[in-house]
Amino acid sequence: MSAQGFPRAAREALTDSQLRANLGNATRTIRAKRAGVVEELPDWEALREAGRAIKERTLLGLDGWLEQLETSVTAAGGTVHWARDAGEANRIVSDLVAAEGAEEVVKVKSLATDEIGLNGALAERGIAAIETDLAELIIQLGDDEQSHILVPAIHRNRAEIRALFRRALAGTDDLTDEPAALAEAARRHLRERFLRARVGISGANFGVAETGTICVVESEGNGRMCTTLPETLITVMGIEKVLPEWRDLEVMLQLLPRSSTGERMNPYTSLWTGVRSGDGPRRFHLVLLDNGRTNVLADEVGRQALACIRCSACLNACPVYSRVGGHAYESIYPGPIGAILTPQLRPGEADTLPWASSLCGACYEVCPVKIDIPRVLVHLRGKVVRGRKRGEDAPERAAMALMGYAFDDPRRLRLAQRLARLGGRVRRPPGLSGWTDARELPEPPQESFRQWWARRR
Amino acid sequence: MRVSLFITCLADTLFPQVGRATVALLERLGCRVDFPEDQTCCGQMHFNSGYEEQARRLAERFTEVFAGAEVVVVPSASCAGMVREGFPHLGAPAPGPPVLELSEFLVDRLGVEDVGASFPHRVTYHPTCHSLRALKVGDRPLRLLRAVRGIDLVELPEADQCCGFGGTFAVKNADTSTAMLADKVRAVLDTRAEICAAGDASCLMHIGGGLARQRAGTRTLHLAEILAATE
Repeated sequence: MSAQGFPRAAREALTDSQLRANLGNATRTIRAKRAGVVEELPDWEALREAGRAIKERTLLGLDGWLEQLETSVTAAGGTVHWARDAGEANRIVSDLVAAEGAEEVVKVKSLATDEIGLNGALAERGIAAIETDLAELIIQLGDDEQSHILVPAIHRNRAEIRALFRRALAGTDDLTDEPAALAEAARRHLRERFLRARVGISGANFGVAETGTICVVESEGNGRMCTTLPETLITVMGIEKVLPEWRDLEVMLQLLPRSSTGERMNPYTSLWTGVRSGDGPRRFHLVLLDNGRTNVLADEVGRQALACIRCSACLNACPVYSRVGGHAYESIYPGPIGAILTPQLRPGEADTLPWASSLCGACYEVCPVKIDIPRVLVHLRGKVVRGRKRGEDAPERAAMALMGYAFDDPRRLRLAQRLARLGGRVRRPPGLSGWTDARELPEPPQESFRQWWARRR
Repeated sequence: MRVSLFITCLADTLFPQVGRATVALLERLGCRVDFPEDQTCCGQMHFNSGYEEQARRLAERFTEVFAGAEVVVVPSASCAGMVREGFPHLGAPAPGPPVLELSEFLVDRLGVEDVGASFPHRVTYHPTCHSLRALKVGDRPLRLLRAVRGIDLVELPEADQCCGFGGTFAVKNADTSTAMLADKVRAVLDTRAEICAAGDASCLMHIGGGLARQRAGTRTLHLAEILAATE
């Protein structure tokens, strides 16, 4: 994270009128779509509670579920690898691809592989990773960065994508900015790569401990191409994505599409269990990724961030995200969930993120597994404040101490109110420019309420 | 009914008219209002800023000061929310009496919607985040406002969007806060209302500060001030 962190990055993003328009329109549309399909379910709140309970059960017994998953996947003919951090995971995947003698891999959209920077690690080994999700392809071709969990190119509009495709893809001179035409151009570009790929790489939405089944949900069908066509399939899965039982999918597969794309059901749900002869990949590797997650699990309040199913409803609902966009969070996980996940996965590197929220509660309200994001934000603020060294952020600390002192005794509060009345004559007091740059300060009254009360009695 | 008023540190210091209106309204409705003078602040600012120790001390003070109350009424959803939801997180003792936001008290406890107010002005109502999402007061404030004589109540577009206040957020992330405020002010002005009302003095200080900076000619009033107004 840059030295001044979120406030500075947000300040820059807010000046981009194209970004503001693209993002404002997109988030408003998805918000309305989600609200529509959630309203039609009379048992939505019960579903959310069920989702929360499943994730709580998962996290409290995580070690056991993971061992069971390993047993089930192995029994079904797959191989399980354990990766402590990004470096280990990248090494495991690169070695597996190199062992196949492949110089190219096709990828399903996956946040876990983005989190560990897999594409860069593969490139260092001379292996080209091809993103096949339309939005990921847009990001990759434009040498851009994702700004949304589900809609990585949400900051781009059709005109920008058309211009990019005309630059980057062959035979696109007559390309229009119709969504169907843009998708067709990407399809022509990708089809050939699907057919020649020997290794596919995916993430996982869920991994069922009971059966060893991995689940990937998507909208375009590219994911299913990646998980079925190549001879070798490698899945990188964060350890918190495990589910205890097959029946847990019933709840999750209702919660996820309605919360993420605002659909009753997502177009493609791929489920596979190990390997079978004559159908799909011949070799299947599951890489279980920790990369800081065990540390998050140790925090009793913060651990609920690991319940996230990456639906992105909190991003779309967030008044901060929907104005500044994803890049200001300087993490693959932006928005409210990013503001509680990134500082925990990368301790000390993202200390401004817990403040990137007005605590309006819109994120908590839409979260399909009821992660109390405002609660965790406040908890993480406390952790940052307690971890500050002497002299760090001295003005705030002094102000908080002073106000705490005044509030500890009504007589001191009365005195402070009298001082405020005097100070109130200063219209632009130093230290409050953050407020006064855009807003007037209220005029302190002639008498406080408690003075009035005392006089009236 | 004997009612203990928790005025909030903000209204006490900067917006005493909110407290005076609350007292006038409650007394008109037959309540006996008491103001325990040892009260100061619920600790929300310290809690939300990460200063849990100071917040806990203030939470303990609150619970002690209001221990003998029959019911505590607060003209702020945010501070009532802090008491009901924040105190448990701090491990602070929960107050004995129920702690209710003004519209909750009027509609649920007193069972009134028509409080006998008269206010012949064009008004739009901003439902504050903590009233909507922490306390879930729903349409109680609107039911109270609709019963006011002479009022021309107009709907606020995208009303459930945060105004961008968020306590220290308004200063620490001033740019983002200002961008949120700009959209809220635009929505308020689009209604052509004279008054923007809400149930939290803090959010009103923010929206009002933005309106005043623009010399927009629309001012802010607390729900209590409208409900206290008579012919």
